[in-house]
Amino acid sequence: MDAIFLQFLNGLDKGGAYALIALGLTLVFGTLGVVNFAHGTLFMLGAFCAVTLRKLLTLEQVVLDTENLTAWGTATEIRTPYVEAWFGDFGTMLVDYSVPASILLAIPVMLVVGVAMERGLIKHFYRRPHAEQILVTFGLAIVLQEIVKHYFGANPIPQPMPAAFAGAADIGAALGMEPNVIVYPWWRLVYFGFSIVVIGAVFAFLQFTTFGMVVRAGMADRETVGLIGIDIDKRFTAMFGIAAIVAGMAGVMYTPLLPPDYHLGMDFLVLSFVVVVVGGMGSLPGAVAAGFLLGILQSLASMTEVKAIIPGIDQIIIYLVAVVILLVRPRGLMGRRGVMES
Amino acid sequence: MNSIFSMSRKDVITFLIFSAVVLLMPIWLQPFGAAYPDLMQKFAIFGILAIGFNILFGLTGYLSFGHAAFLGAGSYAAVWTFKLFSMNPIPALIFAVIIAGLFALAIGYVSLRRSGIYFSILTLAFAQMSYNLAYSVLTPVTYGETGLQLALDDPRIADAAFGGGSDVALPVSNLFGMVNMNGIPGFYFCAIFLIIGFFITQRIFASPFGMMLRAIKSNQNRMSYTGFNTRPYTLTAFVISGMYAGLAGGLMAVTDPLAGAERMQWTASGEIVLMTILGGVGTLIGPVVGAWLIKYFENIFSSFNENVLHNLFAFLPEGIEKFVVEVTSMFVGEGWHLTLGLVFVLVVTFLPGGMMEGYRRIVDMFQKKDDGDGKASTKSDAATAPAE
Amino acid sequence: MTTNNENIVLHVADVHKTFGGLHALSDIDLQIEEGKTHAIIGPNGAGKSTLLNVVVGRLAPTRGAVVFDGQVLTGKQPHEINQVGVARVFQTPEIFPDLTVLQNVMIPALAKRDGDFKLNFLSSLEDEVEIREEAEHMLEDVGMKASKDMFASSLSRGDKRRMELAMCLMQHPRLLLLDEPTAGMSRHDTNTTIDLLKKIKERGMTKVIIEHDMHVVFSLADKISVLAGGRIIAEGTPEEVRNNPKVQEAYLGGAH
Repeated sequence: MDAIFLQFLNGLDKGGAYALIALGLTLVFGTLGVVNFAHGTLFMLGAFCAVTLRKLLTLEQVVLDTENLTAWGTATEIRTPYVEAWFGDFGTMLVDYSVPASILLAIPVMLVVGVAMERGLIKHFYRRPHAEQILVTFGLAIVLQEIVKHYFGANPIPQPMPAAFAGAADIGAALGMEPNVIVYPWWRLVYFGFSIVVIGAVFAFLQFTTFGMVVRAGMADRETVGLIGIDIDKRFTAMFGIAAIVAGMAGVMYTPLLPPDYHLGMDFLVLSFVVVVVGGMGSLPGAVAAGFLLGILQSLASMTEVKAIIPGIDQIIIYLVAVVILLVRPRGLMGRRGVMES
Repeated sequence: MNSIFSMSRKDVITFLIFSAVVLLMPIWLQPFGAAYPDLMQKFAIFGILAIGFNILFGLTGYLSFGHAAFLGAGSYAAVWTFKLFSMNPIPALIFAVIIAGLFALAIGYVSLRRSGIYFSILTLAFAQMSYNLAYSVLTPVTYGETGLQLALDDPRIADAAFGGGSDVALPVSNLFGMVNMNGIPGFYFCAIFLIIGFFITQRIFASPFGMMLRAIKSNQNRMSYTGFNTRPYTLTAFVISGMYAGLAGGLMAVTDPLAGAERMQWTASGEIVLMTILGGVGTLIGPVVGAWLIKYFENIFSSFNENVLHNLFAFLPEGIEKFVVEVTSMFVGEGWHLTLGLVFVLVVTFLPGGMMEGYRRIVDMFQKKDDGDGKASTKSDAATAPAE
Repeated sequence: MTTNNENIVLHVADVHKTFGGLHALSDIDLQIEEGKTHAIIGPNGAGKSTLLNVVVGRLAPTRGAVVFDGQVLTGKQPHEINQVGVARVFQTPEIFPDLTVLQNVMIPALAKRDGDFKLNFLSSLEDEVEIREEAEHMLEDVGMKASKDMFASSLSRGDKRRMELAMCLMQHPRLLLLDEPTAGMSRHDTNTTIDLLKKIKERGMTKVIIEHDMHVVFSLADKISVLAGGRIIAEGTPEEVRNNPKVQEAYLGGAH
């Protein structure tokens, strides 16, 4: 029972990442009607915002200490990051918290990337077949990931989490169970909480602002909203920017859990599409629910006990669920009728 | 007229030219520096893959993102045939095609219950499952990360029965113990299959069956209300297309007897799509051209490295040279995929019909010029011609 | 039932269709006689298109059944329904835009032969001489022979409709369903279409027409059913329907 509970918890952070990516995919699909295969790449770009910021923060100043000579008789090099040299303790803290701080960098960067992507390329594909949308965004994804590969190399780049969150929480003990049975890394907890906050923010935004109302109306019935004479184009561009920001932030915060490399986005994209389909194409709550559901299912399937019964199930569980859902309930868990059905 | 081989004169000519072009590759590829066997084998194999994919995507409009699974299945099947039965490529290929066909039948039967993006995602899901399983539970069959290879102590029952093979070196696949399947003979072996594959595709394109598939792509709804049970048609196209992929996978194993799971990854499926689109989806020759172009430029671009670039741009002043090398190095060598991605984005955006559409536009342009009243306006015509 | 049952080719028996809580069709009972032209008229939103969709299998009725020539159609796939002899012309033409006009017209004939599936990729389209000739005749009949090699996408809307009609006729269906065959056509084109439909009538094909244009209805129909609010409110010969006060009320009321 404890083991199941632990796996359940383990699924939450991954589920959070799936949910955040799927949320953006659904927003873009629901508002723009575009199937964006480059959406996972936005997650990856976010992750690399964190990598970049850390690189900048750890740029070092080298001071030669002629008093203390090394064994070779040369002056000792004292390396201190510039930020520490300039800001002292605050600088040290900044380096420590580089990952969460990267969110501040990621928001403007992802907004620019998202808007540029929509204005520069995707808007030309609104009226073209879905197959062509898939193809062009697939090509774009390749381009973006290859650019990242060129500058950051092909190997994963580990990102440390802030020291304060490096440990693990003994959740079992906190819940009055035996200590040291259910131990859960702090950062995963942070990630789960973070994803809930972002998801909440997006929903609140859609629920309580006029902008959000128009977007929701547009998702329900694009033509009518266009007919009312609302300039939907600008809002859609903004929506794309928001989706990019959500994906980017999700990527930033995920870096301590999984060292990012250039094809991170593609790996998550395939899964996120499956999530969207399971949740129901065009349904935001569906995307979120399916994200967590699949994250948890995947986690449960990787238990040794489960694997002993069905070998390899952990490798395919998500796809299997998708296949079953598509066949028995093509609309997905919460999808509306008639979305993308021929 | 009603014989099996009744072909229109245009088709016969296309077929003859195509065969000649393929068979004469070792000659006409010389000036391009591409006339070596390894590359030409790739031309033939990926040509088969692309025309097979085109039968599905080009004719029915169903975009499969999981075709690499059939390629991989074909490779594994062929290598296992080598290991257990014989180094003769013929049984290996037959087995590869059958296995890939069955695999396609199973996946297609399920996936084709949905269309559009759902179909794409279903095929993607199946391919990813195959890939993940090949790396994990199926390791006894696929040898996981090491990949499936030949070994000295493989049984090879047929070869053993005829006393073929040596005990000191790994065998090479060979046609009845006579022709080894590497080098130029290997190329011709693949080329013959490409020509056969092309011939069958040509027949499909010209047949009522092919027109049904096109009609399904054009308006599936109308097909149903016209009394067509469309699913057997799309399933057949899917299976045929999977068998082509299996044949290509088998040929890969014939020319280089090992099989790895990376052949099944979805990026590999993506590459198949790229080739078909680049050349011209739905056209007869386009996909082959696309496959050739991608494999040719992959070969050229990946061989570039910084040194080559420095030599190439040595005539420039130093500062500029450095900059030029820095920029171009992004697109060559390791960065070849960047070039590929860019070209792909440009093609889908501006030339969705691929190279064949480009070719047609150019031809139209010249024809319009001839039809026009002489040499009055050559330049202004060119600007207006492509619109159709 | 007043009519002789042997002559009934299509029987829509007690059909109900609800969408959510909305009653799109209630208590629909229609009997269509063999060889006759039966028009269904009614104000917008009366449920006419829903009714056709139920007949061709696009929608499943919530209750009731559709019987064609003694066979229950309800529950069958659209292609199966077509194969027993029911063809349909849509309100917005459903054609094959990427194929030529001739190919468009040939396909329904091929469907009659290979509809269930035939893997005949070794034969060539060139060999389908009979079907090609028949298709060319058909195009001549509808006055479209000149555009046989054009792509269907480049046709005018009126021509698309005429071609769709030709496609349906290629199958020699026993029952032809026409959903507003003249909507959006000029007066001239409308008259051509009426003449064409009259010609088919002489061949003895049963037709069900949904139409707004009373000129078309009264020049073609042998019998008219009036649909309003998902119910049949009147039925009879054109004369009877024209003089029915209930119809005038519903129709004119709906029109205003």
